[in-house]
Amino acid sequence: MASPLTSSSGAVRRSQLRALGLVAPLVIFVGVTFVTPLGTMLMRSIHDPVVADTLPQTLTLLEEWDGQQLPNESIYITLAEEIKQASSERTLGQIAGRINRVQSGFRSAVTRTARELHSQPIEATRESMISIDSVWADLSTWNAIKLTGQRFTARHYWNAMDLQVLSDGSIGQQPEERRIYIKLFLRTLLVSGIITLLCLILGYPIAHLIANSPPSRANLLLILVLIPFWTSLLVRTTSWIVLLQTQGVLNDLFVLIGLITEDGRLAMIYNMTGTIVAMTHVLLPFMVLPLYSVMRGIPPTHMNAAASLGATPVQAFLRVYWPQSLPGVGAGSLLVFIIAIGYYITPALVGGSEGQLISNMIAYHMQTSLNWGLAAALGGVLLIGVLILYVVYDRLIGLDRIGLR
Amino acid sequence: MLAGFQSPSSGEILLDGQPIQDLPARKRGIGMVFQNYALFPHMSVGDNLAFPLEVRGMGAQERQQRVNQVLQLVRLEGFANRRPNQLSGGQQQRVAIARALVFEPSLVLMDEPLGALDRNLREEMQYEIRRIHRSLDVTIVYVTHDQQEAMVMSDRIAVLRNGIVDQIAVPEGLYEAPTSAFVARFIGESNQLHGRVTSLIEQDNVCVVDTGGEEIRALKITPCSVGDDVTLSIRPERIKINPEAGHYTNQVQATVEDMTFLGDQLRIRLAACGRNDFIATIPNIVGHGGLVTGDSIQIGWTIVDCRALNYELS
Repeated sequence: MASPLTSSSGAVRRSQLRALGLVAPLVIFVGVTFVTPLGTMLMRSIHDPVVADTLPQTLTLLEEWDGQQLPNESIYITLAEEIKQASSERTLGQIAGRINRVQSGFRSAVTRTARELHSQPIEATRESMISIDSVWADLSTWNAIKLTGQRFTARHYWNAMDLQVLSDGSIGQQPEERRIYIKLFLRTLLVSGIITLLCLILGYPIAHLIANSPPSRANLLLILVLIPFWTSLLVRTTSWIVLLQTQGVLNDLFVLIGLITEDGRLAMIYNMTGTIVAMTHVLLPFMVLPLYSVMRGIPPTHMNAAASLGATPVQAFLRVYWPQSLPGVGAGSLLVFIIAIGYYITPALVGGSEGQLISNMIAYHMQTSLNWGLAAALGGVLLIGVLILYVVYDRLIGLDRIGLR
Repeated sequence: MLAGFQSPSSGEILLDGQPIQDLPARKRGIGMVFQNYALFPHMSVGDNLAFPLEVRGMGAQERQQRVNQVLQLVRLEGFANRRPNQLSGGQQQRVAIARALVFEPSLVLMDEPLGALDRNLREEMQYEIRRIHRSLDVTIVYVTHDQQEAMVMSDRIAVLRNGIVDQIAVPEGLYEAPTSAFVARFIGESNQLHGRVTSLIEQDNVCVVDTGGEEIRALKITPCSVGDDVTLSIRPERIKINPEAGHYTNQVQATVEDMTFLGDQLRIRLAACGRNDFIATIPNIVGHGGLVTGDSIQIGWTIVDCRALNYELS
């Protein structure tokens, strides 16, 4: 009796397995190339075992330390031992760099200490250490060691938000000259907002035109919109340099028609203007395409209907067309904004010093300062920001209305 | 053009004696019901109905009152807060009609409003629109390609052909007295014979037409003179099978080619006057003659039921 049922459920399972087999390559690919590195990187922002692994005994002893006065003799001796060992294992540079980010001047001090300890096998005591470098008489040095010795830490995130852990363990602001990230985040948000707005203003009429053109012309226009996609990003960005630079095409033209004088050539690139112009161009298709897909679904009779009901063109647009195109506006803006806040290459090429965004700072910490923990934390903050945006969008408009139905 | 979405290349459009062809759509005050209703999906039914009032700057209270009135008129009380896509096709249709009426336009234009509905609903809505029409005393221009719908709905029908009005008449007039071969063919069924006028009699009101062997007398409708080609139009139900001799002016020989039983009537295809698609319908009453295919019979019709119209090959 049950046999037909069993065989059919077997067939279902087989077809499910087949389907799973087909998606498996993609799942593995995404897992290996995306999820794992992303996870590792985010892990780095809260997990930093280097100092803890190199100075385990010192850190154990420091747990007892009250932080009010210099540690006792045994801690100095232990630290000296572990510095010597780290020096011979060539891991000293790693911990020196990490502690140096909290306590500047530490790197040179610890290098000198290691050198001295090696060259003259003296008894490492509190006095001898302090005589090698006065940094060992400084309470904040020990605080820095203790702080960086935590395996799991939020300090990269505090750092990414211009905060720091003070010696008494409380959270305070960074010194004035080191507060750069909040400003940079705000600037990134502002620039992304401006770019999104520009894309919307430029893209909305184009999308409307394409959506209401006969199919053959619509195809041609769509291709024109998509051409930037087929051109190398570098080529496009470099073209903007050619156009906008001080001796560039636009400035030449302005001088030629007498709009500006030879001396008054405008700086339109290697600054914020360059970043905004080039990024708006690069991101425009991301605005036009969702808008177009939504607008194509709005029957043209609606505007006629509104007119026949007595609405002026402006009223008809504001009350009838615009609300119906909102899902497209939302989808396009969200897309452009999210891409913009993480955009790297264009600001790096045409941004100069003032047109740099947060992604350029992340790249700096990845490649130059090698502070991967901070880079990861900055990336993490960015990610959280995007997720918040997503939730807000979902609440306001609803992700199901994003035009992908 | 009437609603103002397209401009005429020439001519005038008069509404209550006022030329409106240069007015934009919004200033014409013509209510329009679109084929696909064109209800605004992002507004509730109430907001859809309030929209024309709102853009005219009417106060909220009066707006509410008018919306309620018109909802009552289309029997959709209590639906004001629904979204259009939560309504059935017939309900959406009624909202569309209500929206075209709510601002009390002098003219309502309906562009094939029932095209998207199924047959039963269509008949119900036809009745509904007529009821609203009668209760409001508003002029409705109703565009349809369904002749029957036109007959059911209209006080006057304008038959358009290639953008030109062929005939405007009350439904009965259109059927009984078509003035062109096209209208005769288009509204209802008609047998059309082609022939040449050989003479005009009875103060030129009747023409004698040679249809290739048979001589038929027909009422002259389209101006014609001897020698002209004309189309003769005879309604199938006006044809008498085996009439008494001499009872009808026109009486010809015919052969029964085919018979179709349609329940209330019998449809007979005949070969007559050189054609084999000559149709006669007779009511299904007791003793309809017991015709069988192949019978040779006489058919006849009166002069008034035979109209000589413009020459036109169908």
